[in-house]
Amino acid sequence: MVRNILEYLEAMAKRLPKKTAFSSAEGNLTFLELEQTAKKIGTYLLRFGGKNCPMAVMMQKTPLSVAAFLGCVYSGNFYTPIDVTMPKERILSILNTLQPGVLLIDEKSQKQASALEYTGEIVVLEEILETKVEEEKLAQIRQNAIDTDPLYALFTSGSTGVPKGVIISHQSVINLTEWYTEAFHITEQEIIGNQAPFYFDSSVKDLYAVLKTGAQMDIIPKMLFSFPIKLLAYLEEKQINYIDWVPSALCIVANTGALENIRPSALRKIMFCGEAMPTKQYNMWKEKYPDALFANIYGPTETTVDCTYYIVDREFADDEPLPIGYGCRNTDVFILNGDRLAQQGESGELCVRGRCLALGYYNNPEKTAEAFIQNPLNPHYPEKIYKTGDIAKYNERGEIVFLARKDHQIKHMGHRIELGEIETAVNSIDLIENGVCLYDEVTQRIVLFYCGEAEQAYILKKLRDKVPKYMFPNVMIKMEKMPQTLNGKIDRLALKEYYDREHQNS
Amino acid sequence: MEALMRILTELRPDVDFEGNKELVDGGELDSFDIVSLVGELCEEYDIEIGADDIVPENFNSVEAIWNLVQKLQED
Repeated sequence: MVRNILEYLEAMAKRLPKKTAFSSAEGNLTFLELEQTAKKIGTYLLRFGGKNCPMAVMMQKTPLSVAAFLGCVYSGNFYTPIDVTMPKERILSILNTLQPGVLLIDEKSQKQASALEYTGEIVVLEEILETKVEEEKLAQIRQNAIDTDPLYALFTSGSTGVPKGVIISHQSVINLTEWYTEAFHITEQEIIGNQAPFYFDSSVKDLYAVLKTGAQMDIIPKMLFSFPIKLLAYLEEKQINYIDWVPSALCIVANTGALENIRPSALRKIMFCGEAMPTKQYNMWKEKYPDALFANIYGPTETTVDCTYYIVDREFADDEPLPIGYGCRNTDVFILNGDRLAQQGESGELCVRGRCLALGYYNNPEKTAEAFIQNPLNPHYPEKIYKTGDIAKYNERGEIVFLARKDHQIKHMGHRIELGEIETAVNSIDLIENGVCLYDEVTQRIVLFYCGEAEQAYILKKLRDKVPKYMFPNVMIKMEKMPQTLNGKIDRLALKEYYDREHQNS
Repeated sequence: MEALMRILTELRPDVDFEGNKELVDGGELDSFDIVSLVGELCEEYDIEIGADDIVPENFNSVEAIWNLVQKLQED
């Protein structure tokens, strides 16, 4: 039984030492190189002591950053990828929650790191690559490791403005990897075209599929996702045959008609996750790839990337939503209406049970207790379930269909965003009296209503220091005053009606 | 040209467009911006921007975007 994800790596380093594991414009790493580099990093990190302690990795997206993650694991600790382009305040908020033993950076992220004025330990990766591996010490750490030890923490948007660190164990990732490499027949023949950033949990699948099966993962330059023709030419050049992308990326390709010009010939498996895949754009892809495997995958970070999936096995009209399907292997997904199971056709909250459950939110017992609760269907012994906050129902075929969110969480360009986090940031700007955000699902725009003296350029300039670019409002509407409900709260419904009226014709 | 500047500043009031030759390569415009911009340009100038024209070279500066618009208006 696999207890630690490093066992995957070590098996591959023996079986396929010279095969490329990870590639990018910056360079490649073979399985053997990856193992050796990770061990060097792991050995160096031993000096920061600790067991199951957080370590933050803020690097460019390169094969070397994968070695850094695994190096943290070799040292007996867990990793948190941090996006270099994230605003300073948000990075500091994450580091404040984590209190990491060390912040690992690379030469290219040195400038951003020094701008943080972070006072903890910082290590530049390129400077420790000559470390002599201490096999005995690493082996001893492994000896004491168990599969419920944490592997990584990923931060998601929090409504109060403080991101939450979802903490995931080895067993959850092993549970996931064993299932989907089998379900999607991933082998060493696969060349995975990676889109998902490392701070986004979809990348976890790409990464561990490589370690488990000997496949290769190519990191596609981010810039290409703005330019469909170049992107498709790249897939052709690299002979990429497997992609698991956020729907926004697939939609840009479909909408620009780029597939009419270039049809990458090697592509066989096309998966999407992170937000709802619009059926119209799915059909445009399907038309070009009638024989490819298409799968719609769903899951919050708290359930280790995926908890349901649907392999598209029938025709769908453009206005018919793709179901999210069925629970993944060894994962129980059910819909609760109050404290009882929903009937077919009845909507309720999607809940999850199984090894996929996160260990909780790091240093946040309150939020953990709210989302991970005792199974209301089982009063007999302790058993945790995760409440996703997503409303879903079973269709007449018994497939799960996603309907809506329970709260103010949205999916925008594949990013999970709490509108409250944007509001908190906006309301902290000096010339703003108050601000409220809505999401326009149709045009996929974040709409900000605000009162105050601030000009729009001023708002965005201020937001640059506080929230990532993908949280920027796309439309800003200045109000004389906010509509209020009877009990004095801002009337979001009235704002929505106002917006719909004003924008009906645009 | 005036309309183009208006579209750009409305899209990203926080970006200094004038004289910037690396709007894409420098990371100022991301894929959401490019998609929105393409939509706005098509509407404003009554042109069609095909996938062939959606390449970084055509979006790296105000001049490049303007040249693209003019080229497509002539077609």
